Order: sequence, then C-alpha cells, then structure tokens
Amino acid sequence: MDKVLSNKKAIIFFLFPASVMFIAIIIIPIIMSFYYSLQDWSGFGKGTFIGFSNYKGLISDSIFVKAAVNSLILAVASVFIQLPISLFLALVLSKGVRFEKGFVTIYFIPVIISTVVIGQLWMKIYNYDYGILNIILRSIGLETWAQEWLGDPRRALGATFIPILWQYIGYHMLLMYAGIKSISTDVFEAAVIDGSSWWNTSLKITIPMLKPVLNVSVIFAVTGALKVFDLVYVLTGGGPAHASEVIGTYMVSTIFKGNQYGYGSAMAIFVILECFVLSILVGFLFREREGE
Amino acid sequence: MMRNTAVRGSKNIAANILMYAALSIVAFIQLFPLYWMFTFSLKSNSEIFGRNPLGLPRQWLWSNYSDAFLGGNVGRYFLNSVIVTGVTIILTVIMSVMASYALTRMIFKIRKQMNSFFLLGLTVPLHSALLPIFIMLRNLKMVNSYWALIIPYTAFAIPMAILIFSGFMASLPKELEEAACIDGCSIYRIFFSIILPLMKPSIATVIIFTFLQAWNELMFAVVFISDVKYKTLTVGIQSLAGQYTTDWGPIGAGLMVATIPTLIIYAFMSKKVQDSLAVGAVKG
Repeated sequence: MDKVLSNKKAIIFFLFPASVMFIAIIIIPIIMSFYYSLQDWSGFGKGTFIGFSNYKGLISDSIFVKAAVNSLILAVASVFIQLPISLFLALVLSKGVRFEKGFVTIYFIPVIISTVVIGQLWMKIYNYDYGILNIILRSIGLETWAQEWLGDPRRALGATFIPILWQYIGYHMLLMYAGIKSISTDVFEAAVIDGSSWWNTSLKITIPMLKPVLNVSVIFAVTGALKVFDLVYVLTGGGPAHASEVIGTYMVSTIFKGNQYGYGSAMAIFVILECFVLSILVGFLFREREGE
Repeated sequence: MMRNTAVRGSKNIAANILMYAALSIVAFIQLFPLYWMFTFSLKSNSEIFGRNPLGLPRQWLWSNYSDAFLGGNVGRYFLNSVIVTGVTIILTVIMSVMASYALTRMIFKIRKQMNSFFLLGLTVPLHSALLPIFIMLRNLKMVNSYWALIIPYTAFAIPMAILIFSGFMASLPKELEEAACIDGCSIYRIFFSIILPLMKPSIATVIIFTFLQAWNELMFAVVFISDVKYKTLTVGIQSLAGQYTTDWGPIGAGLMVATIPTLIIYAFMSKKVQDSLAVGAVKG
C-alpha cells in the first residue's frame, strides 16, 4: 500500500494542476504587488524604483488616511453592532423556539445574494423621492427625517455601511448558532436544574463556551471590513467627496483611473499586512481573556 | 434544551411574545427589501413612483423582463455568468479533489508544508492579486475573455475546496483502498473509481461554495471585463442600472434574474448552502 501511495509520478500528477494555478495566480501576484509597490509606475513602459516612498506617501495622503479610518470604523461597527445582533439571534434561536429552522433559513438569505444586487436594491431604498426609506418616514409623519442618504457627505458613510452590516448578520448568526448547537446539552440541562435563567445561562455558560467561534467571527468581521469593496463601489463609489471611501475603492480608482500602479500596489500590500496584524491581535486578545 | 422555561407563568408568556416579535421583526427586515425588489420588477414607473410604491403590482408588467433581456442584454450577461461559473466549478472540483487526494493520502516529504501552503490562500484578499493578474492578462491579450475570470476564480476557490475535500477525505475509511491495492489496482484506478464516487457529498458542498463565489464576484469582473460580449451578471447589472437610471422596472427585472438561480438552489438545499459557507469558519 505504502509503495503505491509514494508513487512520485502520481503525486505530481495529482498536485500539479492545483499547484500551478495557486502559485501563478495567488502567490506570484502577491510578490509582484510588493515589487510594484516599490516603484513609481504609470502602468505603461518601465517604472522607476523608489524604495518605500509609496508607503511614506500613504501616510501623508489625506484621502488614503480617511479611507483607512473609514474601513476601521466599519470593522468597529461590525464587531460592536453586527456581531451582538447575530449573537442575540443565535442565542434565542438555539434555545429551541418554534420555526427555529425557518428563522435561520430566512436570516441567512441576504448572505447568498450578490452584493451588486444588494447594492442596487439599497440604492433604490435610499432614493430621495421614491425610496421606501423616505416613503416610510414621510408616511409616519417624520417628513423632516427624509434625507438624501447617499448624496450627503455627512450621511453617506453610515448609509453605505448599513447594508453591509445588514447583509452579513445572518452569516455570523449561523456560525454562532452552529457553535451553540455543538455544545453538549448536558451543560444546559445542569444549568436549568440549578435554576439558572436563560439570560444567566447565556451570559455565564453559553457565551464563554462559544469563545472559539466568537474569535473566528470577530476575525472574519474585522478582515471583511478591511477588505470591503463591492457594496461601497456600487452604492457610492467612495463618494461624495470621498466621504465613504474605503481602501478597496480608493485602490481601484488610484490604479485604474489615476494610473498610479505603484502607489495603488502599496495600498494592496497595506491591506494584506493590516488584515494579518489585526487577525493576530484579535487572536491574542481572545487568548488573553481566556487566561483570566 | 430549555423548553421547560416556557411553562413558568405569565411573565414568561410576555417574554415569549416579545421574543417572537423581535425574531419576526428581524425576519421582516431581512426579507422586505427582497420582496420590494420583486414587486418593483413587475411595476410601471407610475406605480413605483406614485400610486403604489409598497404593495404587490396591480398590473403585472412582465414587459420589464423582456426590456431587461432585449434592451438591457441581460440574457447575454446571464449566459456569460453561467459559462464562467460553470467552467470555474468544473476546474475547481477536478483540480482540488486531485490535490486533496495527494495531500491527505499519499506519502511524500513536504506533504504537511504543502497543505499549510494551500491553506495560506484562504486569508489572501483579492486586492493583493488584482493588479498583477490584470497585467498578466493584458500581456497575454486575455483581458475581455471568459478565461480572464475563470482562471482567477478557480485559483481563489482552490484553497477552500481543498480544505473541504481534505476534511471529508480524512473521514473516509482506508480499507477500501487497501483492498483495491491488494487486488492490484493502480493508484489512478483507486482514485477515480473508488475515492471519487465516495466524495459526492463534499463535491456538492464545493460546487455550492464555488457557485456563490463566482456568480456574485464583482471586483475582478469590473476590472477585467469591459466588453459587453463577456460581461457577467454583476458587471452587466451595473451597466443596466446606468442605462435605465429613471426606469426602475427593468433594473428590478435584472436584479431578479441575477438572484433567482441562487434562490432556487437555496430553496432546495438550504442546509447544504449554509454548511458550505460555514465550513471555512468552523475549520479555519
């Protein structure tokens, strides 16, 4: 058996296609991105090597700083608004309500729908004259609350982030729900016998036992926020006046509209590093807490 | 698990009502935009903008759909999405299941390292590869082609597919392969006629996962495709919305066309769809 399984030719045959794809389309491009990021390059002809100047440029570029801050705001909003909602839903559903499966199925629907569809749909929802948001506000007498949601620089960021948070509530809910379901029921039965209320059980038993899942959820929420592109691109394109700019949209416009290939690549590398560092930081925070 | 909490008197009844109200409100918030999209895809502007913005269409205006298909090219975009997604799924499944077999069953020195190497791909953001892939495609004169999307979609689907396949393969008993080996089967026969048929449930998971990724992807599609001939639904709908800015019906129809395949899959296999998206988190 071992002899058959160590057949070198077969190993290469099985691994070759996936490895070639993976190396050529994922690994080499990351290296190339880093290489481009060290150049001043318009995308045509040859670039000039300028060391880390592009990275220094990022810090003094007020639009980039704004985009980076906006992405971080989204990360914070995901962790402190979206995840608590998801957690609450998961806790309630997993205690065994009627139509439990139905609710899970419904909450998950926005997750699978294309972000372009979600974006176009919310553009219509936010429409000043005919969007349902303003229609509802007007019909309940809050005429003055009806706003130009996406067109107003003061509101664009919040209005752009709401659909993003809305879309993935169901995703985190599902992860947490599955996590709670995998905790042995003995634990909960013991808590009930001891007279612990549902709320108390959730706080003292379920949530602490759910830590590994919460850790994953927080990492996904944070890195997802830092990488966000689709919904911002569709809803506002980063505007008006960069009010809702995030790194993803700014990078794409820098490269493909501004023809600053080197500078845009520095942003790509920045996102990779930022995701990497923050994932480690989140993991570290969760481990610290465990030690307490 | 705490069903007996429900029978603890009136306080609990009130709490229960509150709880179901909260759950229903969330369900409403998650579904209402989609219901609204469905209704305005079948309405005339005068209904959407005036008489009947929220209700079901009074007059079911199917011509919005024919407008989207004929005037808005949605049929073309749909076909392109089917081609790109279909080929991506086939390539991803074949390449990943083969690689997974070597990575979980076969014996060679750097197996563990290879495994972690592929898993590394799970964390790579699309951003980091966008420009280099674009330059590669430009040099190969492949911008504006199906392959411009199929190749990167496949590459980015491989790490997750390998994760799913390897996890499933590790749970298969080795006895069948051993028996086949004693009977003198070659490694290729073992893989294709014993392992592959057993992998069916995980292949379904990978198909669903890859479908959702490829069908819904925007960033690569926007950058690599500008020719109407190759636009997939995501970019196509962006153009459609630009084309019909004041006419919401056809846009709604386009949005529905992009969404219906996903909803059909979800209606028949909701559990499988949920699992395929949760698997990365559970193992990662």
